[in-house]
Amino acid sequence: MKTDELIQLLAADERPVSATAIEQRFAVAAAAGVAGAAVLMLSLFGLRPDLRATMALPMFWGKLVFAAALAAAGLVLLRRMARPGLAIGHAPLLLAAPPAVLWALALIALSQAPAAERVPLILGSTWRSCPFNIAALSVPAFVAGFWALRGAAPTRLAWTGAGAGLLAGALGALVYALHCPEMAAPFLAVWYLAGMAIPTALGAMLGPRLLRW
Amino acid sequence: MEIVEERLRGLLLQGLQPDAAAYERFLRELSAHLRAFLRRRLAQRPDEVEDLVQETLLAVHNQRHTYRADMPVTAWVHAIARYKLIDWLRAHAVKEARNDPLDEADELFAASDSEAAEARRDLGQLLRTLPDKQRLPIEYVKLEGLSVVETARLTGLSESAVKVGVHRGLKALAARIRNMAPAPRSASPSGGREGSALAPPGVRESQGE
Repeated sequence: MKTDELIQLLAADERPVSATAIEQRFAVAAAAGVAGAAVLMLSLFGLRPDLRATMALPMFWGKLVFAAALAAAGLVLLRRMARPGLAIGHAPLLLAAPPAVLWALALIALSQAPAAERVPLILGSTWRSCPFNIAALSVPAFVAGFWALRGAAPTRLAWTGAGAGLLAGALGALVYALHCPEMAAPFLAVWYLAGMAIPTALGAMLGPRLLRW
Repeated sequence: MEIVEERLRGLLLQGLQPDAAAYERFLRELSAHLRAFLRRRLAQRPDEVEDLVQETLLAVHNQRHTYRADMPVTAWVHAIARYKLIDWLRAHAVKEARNDPLDEADELFAASDSEAAEARRDLGQLLRTLPDKQRLPIEYVKLEGLSVVETARLTGLSESAVKVGVHRGLKALAARIRNMAPAPRSASPSGGREGSALAPPGVRESQGE
């Protein structure tokens, strides 16, 4: 087929495209990811029994805000990475802000605690399972995020895959916070981030393979 | 540069309305720029240039929903062309030592070349491997130059099925092309031609991060 013929053929495909097609896909993916994580969380772990009482504590909301802020930053980043030729702009700063705040809170908490209590503050009672639980809950959002990106045209595949993994990890953590009994900032600063790092690394590995277009 | 940007942008925005005539002019102008760009890049593989022009045009079309009206068309197209070129270079493990960076969008639009060579890979042949639901609409609409309405009558498909068929067929065509080339990653240990599986250094850095 000659290039001229191809051009005529392409021009004949006049289905209108939506300018917000990418945003729509991400919205669907994020909703599906959260819903999937909620189902997994309820069936595998269950809500924490004292959820109602915990809702009065600022740290409970802090956890949710932290995870939601990271997820929002991830969406901002991916939305740009999904389009060829669009610089990522200030998105990395948005991404760095929630962990920076959390680490600052953790350092303050550690510095105020007596020496003997510092290690328990970091390890809590669930450090062995927490990262893996978060990674498990991130699976639906991970799959949905890659689905969304396969309808787009990212040009840096490993980075984009990592971004999708991070978004999935943040959404997984958001839902896991409804089960998780830990309330200390030092614990969250280490183990929540470790949990999100698992899908992030996996996304970076799978990106070049799954996101080619 | 600005003149090219303005004209292409105008044509693309009209084309996305959709206005088939404006869109066709956009693609035609674009193909000339792509050809000149790729000819320079693939100086040692002149007979592959037209394949890549076609592949890039198909990608531009299939990814047109990723264009945002507030970004320069030149930057958008350059990123697509660069991605396709790098993907191709990696897949084919071309040894050509190229040290000049691929980073200037201006360069793509500095020259234009409307003289198409014959493509080596025949998209027409690839088209015949698609299922009828996609192949027939494409063949009638394009090869016979029939309208959607006429195609619908001839194939017994509904008008929207014809449109969907063309749309899906073009996506499938791009996927076929992609699958013809070995995937860059899995190809590297054994797929090296001419004794080397290494893509040029600049290429590895820019896409492998």
